[in-house]
Amino acid sequence: MIAAIFSYLAVILQEEESTTGILDINFGVIFWTSITFILLLIVLKKFAWKPILKSLENREDFIKDSLEKAEKAKEEAEKLANISNEKIKNVETEAKEIIAQGREYSEKLKKQILDDTKNETKKMLEDAKIEIEKLKIDAYTQMKDQIALLAIESAEKVIKEKLDKEAHTQIINKYIKNMSGKLNE
Amino acid sequence: MNNFTTTISDTIQKTSSNQNDWIYRHVLDSKEISFEPMGTIHLPQINLFGIDISITKHVIYLWVASIILIFLLLYVVKSYKRSQIPKGFTNLIEIIIIFVRDEIVKPTIGKYYKRLLPYLLTVFFLIITLNIIGLIPYSSTPTANISVTGTLAIFSFIAIQAGGIIKHGFVQYFKGLVPKGVNLFIAIIIIPIEILSQFIKPFALAIRLFANMTAGHIALLVLLSLIFLFKQYLFAEIFVIPISVLFSLFITMLEILVALIQAYIFTMLTSLFIGLAIYQEH
Repeated sequence: MIAAIFSYLAVILQEEESTTGILDINFGVIFWTSITFILLLIVLKKFAWKPILKSLENREDFIKDSLEKAEKAKEEAEKLANISNEKIKNVETEAKEIIAQGREYSEKLKKQILDDTKNETKKMLEDAKIEIEKLKIDAYTQMKDQIALLAIESAEKVIKEKLDKEAHTQIINKYIKNMSGKLNE
Repeated sequence: MNNFTTTISDTIQKTSSNQNDWIYRHVLDSKEISFEPMGTIHLPQINLFGIDISITKHVIYLWVASIILIFLLLYVVKSYKRSQIPKGFTNLIEIIIIFVRDEIVKPTIGKYYKRLLPYLLTVFFLIITLNIIGLIPYSSTPTANISVTGTLAIFSFIAIQAGGIIKHGFVQYFKGLVPKGVNLFIAIIIIPIEILSQFIKPFALAIRLFANMTAGHIALLVLLSLIFLFKQYLFAEIFVIPISVLFSLFITMLEILVALIQAYIFTMLTSLFIGLAIYQEH
């Protein structure tokens, strides 16, 4: 259809100038151009554009894939880093907790030990006091007996010659009782 | 002074009648390839069913460009098989391919780009190769021939219509060309306009490429022919030669740019029109 328009135009132009014009339509050229173009299109499409475009696409896909993979790997690494960071944080807090617990425990233990020792010493002191008291009383009674004996013996020695033993023991015991009463007061 | 100017105008008139052919011979298609001092190659005359389909100069250069293109791209394919990392020439071609794919085809055609990409890449690379081949001395530019650009435009037209028809179905596509819910009187005006615009689009494509390539070559040749125009004046040559050579160098540089830009525009517009056919706005 366009060829028809062109040819019409060419006819008009040719009528104006008898010599070959620049706008001449040459059907031979159209024929050969069409054949050449179609053949070129077929040959290039099959042997050039298809492999070239395919390899371009492949490479683009490859680059895209690689970028995506890299992105993914980066994300994963970040995730891992986050996890490890969290873990480290957890471990730190745990360690802190453990240390705090240990400190608390030791504090408690210390306190307990101190309390225990205090109590023990108190008890021991008390025991010792009781013992001392007991010993004191023992010693006192022993002393009392000894003193009494000594007194009797000495009194016996003094009064042996003059007095009957039995009558005088009574008097002396009376004295000693009085004395012990005074001592107890 | 007056005498001098009249003689100049005289000679221009005289020589231009001869020089005209000289410029046209370089731009126009012919049935011989001339390598002037070495001689000319006469191409065979072929007739098929009474139609003259003889091979011409532009057809030969079209074939040369196609063969160069095929070999270059096969080299690129081979180098891709060797390693995935492009180097040197492969890298350049890859940049162009990615440019066509990502800057031209993807934004205009969208998700259907994969099916049309080979066609548009072929168009782009063929036009670039043809345009650049035309800059080599002794060769000629097939894209400066309206028959060649017209054929490429016919393929664009087919691609545009096929894109729309495959997407929407035959009837739905032509219904979609006319905006919905317009009043009858406006529709009477709009329908022919819409139909005409379908033909004007590829027509403009063909004319644009053809005119750009032809204009560049004619400008280049006119600048160079100034030297021959001023040949008969003593010393005039000395001033004219550097100027015309410098200007023709400038035009050649510009032509390199135009060669790239026109390939880009042709592909871009074809892709855009296919996109418009696929995504009908009305």
